[in-house]
Amino acid sequence: MKIRNYWNLRDWGADIWERANRPKRVAIAVTSIILVAHLPFAGASFLATPIAAYDAVLVYPVGIFVLMALGLNIVVGKSGMLDLGYVAFFAIGAYTMAIMGTTTGLNTWEIMPFGIVFAMLAGVILGLPTLRLRGDYLAIVTLGFGEIVRLVVLNSSWSKGPNGIANVPMPPDIGPLKFKLDDQKVFFWVVIIMILLTIWMIRRLSVRRPGRAWEAIRQDEDAAELMGIATLKYKIWSFTLGAAVGGAAGVLYASKNLFIAPEMFTLNVSILILACVVFGGIGNIWGVIVGATILGYLPDRIRFISDARLLVFGIVLVVVMNFRPDGLLPRKKREKAIVKKEVNA
Amino acid sequence: MFAVLIDQFWSLTIAGVALGFIYVLISLGYTMVYGVLRMINFANSEIFMWGTFGTVITSRDIFNYTQTSEPATGGKLALVLVSSLLMSMLVAGLTAIFVELVAYRRLRMKGTNRLATLISAIGISIALQEVMRLLTDSRPVGSPRILEKIILTEVWGANIRLDTVITIIAAALIFFVLERFIKLSRMGKAIRAVSMNEDAAKLMGVNLNRVITTTFLVGGLATGAAGFFYITVFEYTKFNIGFTMGMAAFTAAVLGGIGNIRGAFYGGLSLGLLEVYASAVLGTQWKAVTVFIVLVLVLLFKPNGLFGEAVQTTRA
Repeated sequence: MKIRNYWNLRDWGADIWERANRPKRVAIAVTSIILVAHLPFAGASFLATPIAAYDAVLVYPVGIFVLMALGLNIVVGKSGMLDLGYVAFFAIGAYTMAIMGTTTGLNTWEIMPFGIVFAMLAGVILGLPTLRLRGDYLAIVTLGFGEIVRLVVLNSSWSKGPNGIANVPMPPDIGPLKFKLDDQKVFFWVVIIMILLTIWMIRRLSVRRPGRAWEAIRQDEDAAELMGIATLKYKIWSFTLGAAVGGAAGVLYASKNLFIAPEMFTLNVSILILACVVFGGIGNIWGVIVGATILGYLPDRIRFISDARLLVFGIVLVVVMNFRPDGLLPRKKREKAIVKKEVNA
Repeated sequence: MFAVLIDQFWSLTIAGVALGFIYVLISLGYTMVYGVLRMINFANSEIFMWGTFGTVITSRDIFNYTQTSEPATGGKLALVLVSSLLMSMLVAGLTAIFVELVAYRRLRMKGTNRLATLISAIGISIALQEVMRLLTDSRPVGSPRILEKIILTEVWGANIRLDTVITIIAAALIFFVLERFIKLSRMGKAIRAVSMNEDAAKLMGVNLNRVITTTFLVGGLATGAAGFFYITVFEYTKFNIGFTMGMAAFTAAVLGGIGNIRGAFYGGLSLGLLEVYASAVLGTQWKAVTVFIVLVLVLLFKPNGLFGEAVQTTRA
């Protein structure tokens, strides 16, 4: 008799999903999306955050973190490249929005493509020379790139240096839905739509040629290259797509926050997003979403211990990683086994 | 633009060498741990930060120096300096062992993926930094001036100050002692054996746990010594100074070829000089950018670092 381990949440969820037929799957998806979309109305319940406004917390950090973690997961989780400078793409998106929004009069949705394209360009510019490097060296170069972007922004006049850019315009209203500073439900819904688009993109790509190529590169890059996979090309694609998601998140963030400054784009953000990916379960989109939700939400929820909340955050990272090293919702066993072999080799 | 550089070349060089030796010692903490574990010791920057507090505690609380008291002289001066140095090394060494036990050991025994260990190390460094932030109330802590900054002589128009001289000589000495320890002692041999081939070392009867703890300890001692020199030169510390120094030292380690002790030496010195020259030519705000750009270029054309031996590039 097969004993089901109820603590293995991933298998439990996957079981339900795999047994369901198409209408049931649609029903599950629609119900969960509706449930999540109602989250901003649950502000009075135990979910409420003590000091920060609850609906604002849902947008940033939670929603934007989920979005960025999904983007970073393409790079770190899917193709196995350690990127410690992800914040650079977020910053590029945010500054595109801030500068174009304050000077050209275009609105958020018109600037969004520019933000994404600039972030992708930065991804190609950084990726072409550096993606030949591997492992820790790649990590340190990307980390350096993240810092370079922040320092350039900090020391340049076009970005108004350390003062940052104020009066970034809000997105225009969509019909009856109005973007307001004190009620950020609509922002949250926009983030959900962006998250859904990203999930859709990742799932589509995962089962097609790029996804298979990334998987092969992650497992053994030399073998992949010998099999005729253009590794550099697919690595750059993975990097650029990750950058695109980061850039889109940045545009939305600038437009939501109305003010941006270089100190919002420190290495800590990169590390935090990476922590979201690894904490939730690297490579598994649902795990990444859970991880980003918890790590985005936790510091604001435990604000009652206000001063020590980052300390608790650090301890939680250590404890969870020690007891669940593959994250809260790890990827499938088969894929994991290959990772194990790779480490021991 | 370059006039400043030419004008003050020698005094810049001396400052660069002093800063370089601080980097050399911190990057030992990175490079040694990388050598045995093939992993970035992410918490080393916080180990350094805790080390700086060792010196502050000794001079301020044990010897009761204040910002206004007279700098010590003679035998008293030597006593204060040596005990501050030892205290910094002790604090940093113990912190390093603590980091290994809490963040690395369990995951290493399980043989799990490297990213989990990285996140665990990031977690412990956040925790270490936060503990210090809460203890110091987020405020910078000034250190009383123990060592008067006397100008000894002038060489080619550059002032040679006592604190720089002490920093350079003592740091070089500490580096030399540690390097000899790794090269000659039995434990050092074991450390090198593990960094060459962990499995073979285990089969030869090397106690892996003890070697790794010792590696963290030695790296911590070096990093702590750097903390002491940092205080003698800059005379203040704060809970968040670890990041910048740690980043630069890690860059230095990679520049010299990470996992390689001599590489840390050359990398640290080159980076120290480079930083000082770059801030003279371009202004201090661009120095970090220059450092990173040089790092990227080095990695592109010589991925094992300038002085690195062939470290495997295939580690994912």
